[in-house]
Amino acid sequence: MAQIIGGYFTSHVPGIGGAILRGDQQTPYWKPFFDGFPPIRAWLEQAKPDVAVVFSNDHGLNFFLDKMPTFAVGAAPTYDNADEGWGLPVYKSFTGHPALSWHVIDSLVRDEFDITTCQQMLVDHAVSIPFELVYPGAESWPIKLIPIAINTVQYPLPSPKRCLALGRAVHRALQSWGGDERILVCGTGGLSHQLDGPRAGFMNPDYDMFCLDNLAANPDALTGHTAEQVAELAGTQGVEILNWIAARGAMGDVPLTQISRNYHIPISNTAAASLLLEPA
Amino acid sequence: MTPDSATTDNAIRRTIPLFDGRLATRGYALNAMCFSFNERANREAFLADEDVYCARFGLTPEQRKAVADRDVLAMLDAGGNVYYLAKLAGIFGLGVQDLGALQTGMSVDQFKAMLQTWAEKIPHQEHV
Repeated sequence: MAQIIGGYFTSHVPGIGGAILRGDQQTPYWKPFFDGFPPIRAWLEQAKPDVAVVFSNDHGLNFFLDKMPTFAVGAAPTYDNADEGWGLPVYKSFTGHPALSWHVIDSLVRDEFDITTCQQMLVDHAVSIPFELVYPGAESWPIKLIPIAINTVQYPLPSPKRCLALGRAVHRALQSWGGDERILVCGTGGLSHQLDGPRAGFMNPDYDMFCLDNLAANPDALTGHTAEQVAELAGTQGVEILNWIAARGAMGDVPLTQISRNYHIPISNTAAASLLLEPA
Repeated sequence: MTPDSATTDNAIRRTIPLFDGRLATRGYALNAMCFSFNERANREAFLADEDVYCARFGLTPEQRKAVADRDVLAMLDAGGNVYYLAKLAGIFGLGVQDLGALQTGMSVDQFKAMLQTWAEKIPHQEHV
């Protein structure tokens, strides 16, 4: 039976891609952030996941405002990255796992989550950078991808409660899959940051700590706010915590051990974090 | 959603403000133009003749003026969404800290220093 072996959570700020490109990982500005990753890489080397179910948000590469799904599940054989317009390199393509994607899709809709399905889907820095961080210099990605996109761009956004429920439904889907895959669940984005408006530069370390302290043992604590309240607390782009909440749900309601946790301010305009959880 | 939380949420949408149907409707043409900048050829076409390129997307006079003035707050007011506007900013070589400075009236150095001060507010430090 397929096994969910861990949950990997990280910020996905485009600036990280720039730092990797320049080789800035050990500079005083970037080192405190990159120091969060050696333990995650070491764990991955042992744990050897072969599928990653990744919850993230598109930043205007795949989805435009003409059609904006609240939840979209990829079912493609491959997922390409592409030029996002601001100078990041184009990252390696991912191989998909259509059979497992369709199983997840079937199970979600049976579970009354009326998701959008995508047989073609570009993935942006929100998917590529987390894997550049943990598989640096890999010739090709050692994992297959099932991307799940959550709308964090155009309100109404799904509530934290709904995102946790979606994640739990993905967990049920993965539990009922007959394959022998070793599955890594990922949530990317955040933590607190705001890029737009007079409040640009806003962060909220107290709210970030509340999230980091509760995500593993008490994820329901993060569902007491509406999406709008999360934006007020975490900043307009801090709502990307929705991806983390959904990914936590997909790990299932089992006791979790924290393998690694790192929090650093600032990288670019963002309070950045990485976290690795494993079923106890 | 209870009626009470709908009222509170709508108030938050107006005050921050958040990119909801009201702004998404107002900003559609501007955001559509910015979305096109994912392609290099389109970025080059914009640089070659900004007026023609903006006209092709039917920008409103308010949007056209905001773009001409490189006025980020006015672009947001005109319904621009920052994820799309960032692609326009990229054409001018501006990153998110430049945008932050432009929106807050600070210099880029002041804005960067302000970002740094949030580190002092971390309530406890977790070991890696």
